[in-house]
Amino acid sequence: MENPFRSEAAAFRFLLVTIGAFALIVVAGLINNWLGLAVFLLLTAGAIWLYLRQRGERPPRQHVAHMSPPDEHRVLVIANETVGGQELMAEISELAITGQARFHVVSPALNSRLKTWTSDSDAAREAAQQRLDATISRLSDAGLEATGEVGDLDPLVAMEDAIRTFHPDEIVISTHPAGKSNWLERGVVTAARERFDLDVRHVVVDLEAQSPA
Amino acid sequence: MSAHAEAHGHHGPPVAHQSSRVDARVLGMLLFIASETMLFGSFFTVYFFDRVVSPDAPSSWPPPPYHFPVFVAGVNTAILVTSSFTMHWALQSIKRGNRPAFLAGMCLTFLMGLAFLLTQLVEYLHIGFNTSAGSFASDFFGLTGLHGAHVFIGLSLLGMVIVRGFRGHYSPEHHHGVELPGIYWHFVDVMWIVVYSTVYLL
Repeated sequence: MENPFRSEAAAFRFLLVTIGAFALIVVAGLINNWLGLAVFLLLTAGAIWLYLRQRGERPPRQHVAHMSPPDEHRVLVIANETVGGQELMAEISELAITGQARFHVVSPALNSRLKTWTSDSDAAREAAQQRLDATISRLSDAGLEATGEVGDLDPLVAMEDAIRTFHPDEIVISTHPAGKSNWLERGVVTAARERFDLDVRHVVVDLEAQSPA
Repeated sequence: MSAHAEAHGHHGPPVAHQSSRVDARVLGMLLFIASETMLFGSFFTVYFFDRVVSPDAPSSWPPPPYHFPVFVAGVNTAILVTSSFTMHWALQSIKRGNRPAFLAGMCLTFLMGLAFLLTQLVEYLHIGFNTSAGSFASDFFGLTGLHGAHVFIGLSLLGMVIVRGFRGHYSPEHHHGVELPGIYWHFVDVMWIVVYSTVYLL
């Protein structure tokens, strides 16, 4: 639901709605106290229903303008715990071979809800930054041009932020395998394909298989 | 130095972490509205406790022999609601580059707000009871007084906009300084609709 005080025009509309709602409540209340209460509850239920309905709506598909030079292919990589995984590095190398590619790696700062609400995000951002630094370093060692940033804890919001500044031609999302991936559970890859007018590649990184026995 | 900073050759303090999740100005307004809602909510809680929950709740409101000046407050309500229309008109005018209409709208809004506040003061002087008359009187003066304080703050903001407006500030491109007091003014009106409906009418 949009903030009714996000602008003067929105606040003015909200005032008109409030006048209408309270006029109904007062008229009903003057007829009978219980009727007034019923109208109040009905209007409150209506407002909650509107809120829940609007909250469930998916945002419209976004068109991403192609802003890179003709011979350049910009790739936005979204990964966090899997950011240094072999499968992801292999995918990036393959993309680099096919043409002049430029990479921008975004590592969302994963954090718990409670810590997010209390602005306790320093540790999460620091951990994401460390992984990102290691990955950028590996890509630079391999001779690949790459930039990076720590993003919002919500991968879709992190993608949206990066798209606005990087203008990619393609998105690569790296996740844990199905059953272990929170992002897959939440349908992040599907949502990204629906929301952004871009090619979205999904790379599965199995860190357990890569770790020494 | 972070990878991001290295990659862009950034110098100086780190770039502020800003997400598209919530715009900073929207977040500020949300927090402000939330705090104001809690403030008014605490006053309304006391009011409803006194009127409905308390064992000493009066059978009629206000308890006899007192009366609230419903008609005068109704006229005052009409004045305040009208001032929201003129506020909206003023902002729309500056957005269209119509400076005379903007200034006229702002002055009318200010005058109506001032009329509301002065009428409320006169109402207090002639209402025939004070806070010692009972908890209902404390509720009445608390809620209407809290709202009156908000009107006073709103008038101060409007006054600044008028002074700046007459000095040539604001344009169709730059009118944020009008927009925010406008939001505040509408919020004050919304709260008065709730106060008038619950305290005077119901």
